[in-house]
Amino acid sequence: MLSATDLQVAYGPVVAVNNVSFRVPAGSIVSLIGPNGAGKTTILNALSGLAPLRSGSILFNGKDISRMSAHRRVSEGIAQVPEGRQVLAGMSVRENLELGGYRRPAKEVNEDIGKMEEYFPVLRQRSKAAAGSLSGGEQQMLAIARGLMARPGLLLLDEPSLGLAPLVVRFIFEFIQRLRDEGQTILLVEQNAREALDVSSYAYVIESGRIVIEGRAEQLRSDPAIARAYLGLT
Amino acid sequence: MSIFFQQLINGFFIGSVYGLFAIGYTLVFGVLDILNLAHAAIFTLGGLSALWLTTTAGLSPWEAFPLATLFSGVLGLVLYRVAFAPLRRRADSNLSGLISSIAMAIVFESAAMGIFGARTVRFPEGMFPNRVWHFGSIILTSLQLEIVVVALALMVVLTAWLKHTRTGKAVRAVAESENTARLLGINVERIVSETFFVSSALGGAAGILYGLYFDALAPNMGHSIELKGLAVIILGGMGSIPGAILGGIAFGLSEVFTVELTGMSNLRDAVAFTVLLLILILKPSGLLGRGRVREA
Repeated sequence: MLSATDLQVAYGPVVAVNNVSFRVPAGSIVSLIGPNGAGKTTILNALSGLAPLRSGSILFNGKDISRMSAHRRVSEGIAQVPEGRQVLAGMSVRENLELGGYRRPAKEVNEDIGKMEEYFPVLRQRSKAAAGSLSGGEQQMLAIARGLMARPGLLLLDEPSLGLAPLVVRFIFEFIQRLRDEGQTILLVEQNAREALDVSSYAYVIESGRIVIEGRAEQLRSDPAIARAYLGLT
Repeated sequence: MSIFFQQLINGFFIGSVYGLFAIGYTLVFGVLDILNLAHAAIFTLGGLSALWLTTTAGLSPWEAFPLATLFSGVLGLVLYRVAFAPLRRRADSNLSGLISSIAMAIVFESAAMGIFGARTVRFPEGMFPNRVWHFGSIILTSLQLEIVVVALALMVVLTAWLKHTRTGKAVRAVAESENTARLLGINVERIVSETFFVSSALGGAAGILYGLYFDALAPNMGHSIELKGLAVIILGGMGSIPGAILGGIAFGLSEVFTVELTGMSNLRDAVAFTVLLLILILKPSGLLGRGRVREA
């Protein structure tokens, strides 16, 4: 579904992502794991069109989207749930969902809001509340639902567990599994490597803007080097 | 007592024109975090182009005023393309945009001067059937009433647009976060252009109403409202639409009553500075806080 080749992204003279290539096959969950500041978010932003590529190419459903503007990539079917949730705090929960479906016809948007409220009943209860008044976990649910409102072929999830209580983290990952079972293709960025490897089929380890290890998720889970560096085991 | 009511009415009427000027001003600030200092120049060109359309082109006010309002909106698009868009990627775009908008204000004003001359001009007499009503000693004219109705109606339309339409919601999303708006598939450049169009159209409409209210139009008429507009949006809270409306009316009233109570009409322009100073000392975030474009 997505294949990225030799991506290079730089902020001024600082190269944040260098020669990164990866693939996300349709219907699977692929993870990018690695420490803070490794360039994982930059990779997602390059896919979304927020961070311009210095070189490399991105093919999505066989189409070269490397130079496409951010808003058109959403129409193509790439939606990102950004790090730190980034709900539109002053707007209502419902308005956030509506804007998630900004590029879709109004009729479908209304249907899909119903579907999101079934996934997350709290979004129906707090429909008129300002998104900024929700708890962190509720905001994460809203952010994911808002991403799904675009009916994306590929959903990019950036650190969905960041700053959430363990119970909420469990809930979010169970939801990610549910999406996988429904056939949603996901590219997941996580520092929480254990949870990420549990739901993914394939993973890339990013360090200092490069891919250092890649492999099937269960293989990485049992790799002692990974275990030591990322799973908190000794 | 009747003088009090007369002044209350006058203050409210002129305040509604200030409010209309200020909502366009504050809209751009709320979305882009930049002050558009050419807003007053577009206000002037809105008034003068309405005059040109009614006199030289011989249109009726019903045709001329909407056309002049649209023309002001188009000027806003030009302004954005020339003064702001090229600087958007710069880290200091707030400041550089401010400076380049001053330059555009000078260009617009010079154009107005070249086309219309430096004289003060007025709409043709009898263009409107202006009826005058007397309630005791209080005088009310149909023109005043029309001005306030149009000003308030435009404010209501703007608020409803921001609150309920797809584009209005996108404007609020861009005001909160450009990057998040992009991730939702919003064409941010287009929304910003549309914001400038709407803001400038409202500024132009305010210029027309101002010209009607004072029965005077001149290429430098923007100077008198420039600082007042700034005082109004700071008073109401930068970026707040309801704040700009409230601030405009409060400002109109304080202006009228300052003159009334002191008997010195040359104090009128001191009001702007006094209000600015007081609000910055007492409540720097303004009456209705900031960032409320987002909540409309």
